[in-house]
Amino acid sequence: MKEQFPALIVTVPLLSSFIVSISGWVRRSLCFYITLSVLILINIFSFSILNQVICSGVIQYRLGGWEPPWGIAYHIDHLNALMLCVISVVSLLNLISTKKAVERDMEEKRGAFYTLYALMITGLLGITITGDAFNLYVLLEIASLTGYGLIAIGEDRAVLSSLNYLYMGTIGACFYLLGIGYLYIVTGSLNMVDISHILPSLYNSKAVMVAFVICMVGLWIKMALFPLHGWLPNAYTHAYASSSSLIAPLMTKVMVYVMLRVMFSIFTPDYIFRYINPGRMIVWLSISAIFFGAVMALSQKNIKRMFTFIIVSEIGYMVGGAWIGNRVALTGCIFHMVNDALMTLGAFLFLGILSHNNIDETFDGIKGLTKRMPFTMGAFILCALSFIGVPPTSGFFSKWYLLLGAMDAGYYGFMLALIVSSLINVILFFRIIEAAYFYGHDASEIREAELFELVPLFMVVAIILIVGLLNAELVQYIIDPAIPKMII
Amino acid sequence: MFEHIIPKYNYWIYITLMMIGLYAMISKNNLIKKIIGMNIFQTAIILFYVSMGAKRGATIPIIEHSQGHGIIDVTRYINPLPHVLMLTAIVVSVATLGVALALAVKVYKRYGTLEEDEILKKIKEE
Repeated sequence: MKEQFPALIVTVPLLSSFIVSISGWVRRSLCFYITLSVLILINIFSFSILNQVICSGVIQYRLGGWEPPWGIAYHIDHLNALMLCVISVVSLLNLISTKKAVERDMEEKRGAFYTLYALMITGLLGITITGDAFNLYVLLEIASLTGYGLIAIGEDRAVLSSLNYLYMGTIGACFYLLGIGYLYIVTGSLNMVDISHILPSLYNSKAVMVAFVICMVGLWIKMALFPLHGWLPNAYTHAYASSSSLIAPLMTKVMVYVMLRVMFSIFTPDYIFRYINPGRMIVWLSISAIFFGAVMALSQKNIKRMFTFIIVSEIGYMVGGAWIGNRVALTGCIFHMVNDALMTLGAFLFLGILSHNNIDETFDGIKGLTKRMPFTMGAFILCALSFIGVPPTSGFFSKWYLLLGAMDAGYYGFMLALIVSSLINVILFFRIIEAAYFYGHDASEIREAELFELVPLFMVVAIILIVGLLNAELVQYIIDPAIPKMII
Repeated sequence: MFEHIIPKYNYWIYITLMMIGLYAMISKNNLIKKIIGMNIFQTAIILFYVSMGAKRGATIPIIEHSQGHGIIDVTRYINPLPHVLMLTAIVVSVATLGVALALAVKVYKRYGTLEEDEILKKIKEE
């Protein structure tokens, strides 16, 4: 049974989406419980896979028993397994927390919402687990198409924002497909491990370089790296809180994962860091992303929109960390991927609670909130400390690794960007805390959030603290083996 | 100069189509035209894949029993894999087109127009 988990983790949510869709017509209240049970199953699968990988090394799984270069093979190492766990935990907590909000916002469309939810999780899990470059494209499109749908369910302007996201997202995915096409011409293979074995004799080929550049640009569009981030703020702001708190923590982070996979599993570290070595340029790009995101976040009045620009800035951290090209920075990059998913989830769950209680997501709207919602605000402040990077929250440790890595490699601009953006985060979050703590507000009908909303938020905060406290173990047993041995 | 163009005309066709699609997506004002541009863009990549599997004078890779010498002449058979992959990509592009058109219908119902500048003007007025 256990050896079939890699296949089940993708097929179970895929098939369940049909059942959810049917039960949406028969009994709408069932949809939530079916999705919930599927997500609990997925959590069991993904943690079991992580456990297997830690105990006995890389898992090779052949779909349908076909041999690797011909059939689709799953090649699950520590990085895949870690991302699977992040995706399943985030989606489960978000599902529980948004139950009532979904019932209120989209009573009629509940069946459709949970169908898309299950399909999106299928896509994200599939992207993460697959070892086949074309399979990744198909699952990428599944995740993106459901994402467009989930965003378009939202408020008034959501449809137009979703359409703009669709244009950009399609260009991004098509560029990735084109890059894989060039690789297929020169290597004749679609299996990632197989391609990386064939490539060393083809380092001089211009087609390989073109493939690399096109793949990277496509993925940067999908992960919203500045200056290709144009679609992100509108799409995430106008979506309903229940959709954006699923998409915002996961979509961009999974794309960063795909970038790492393309860099290290398809193209080898040897090729990208010794042969073409565009690292310096890309780190400068990420520095500008960090500054741009931070400055734009400062100028926002709407808190949700502010968070979307913080995401743009955080993408800069991860891309920079990946391209600095030493082991410490890469540890920081992978660590930050986990952290950012958790912190963004915390922040968006908080926003979901605000919108569920009809509180304006502006600095005026949250005045005096601490008196009304002490627990929600308390949990949010811990999330905020993690965004800023205060020990012992996990945000501190990933930034610390990124800083050390940048210092080793002599990227002082990146260090400066990290420190300045952390300071800007201090300003951003203290504006919220100031409004919530030090101003009175007479809206006495606002009550503390309900238990099913509070518990997931507290779980997120607890995970952030646990990951922070156990950072040495996480790095030693999971992140360090995930990094290719060639990188020092 | 021509030796880069004529023997490799299939690449030039796909690049031209792709740029037409990209141009339409960037510069057209009407949402439907943009969506069609996006579809041309996707189709260009499908053509690129199809053309890389094609071979002149070759046939589908089914080996006849009567040949039976144990020697297979690769130049007589085409590589079917890119074509099979493109079946999936066509499904993806149809699905994307469907979602995009459905969104365009919703935009039209909400704003009463498909011209982007008029929609933006209406959003500003509100």
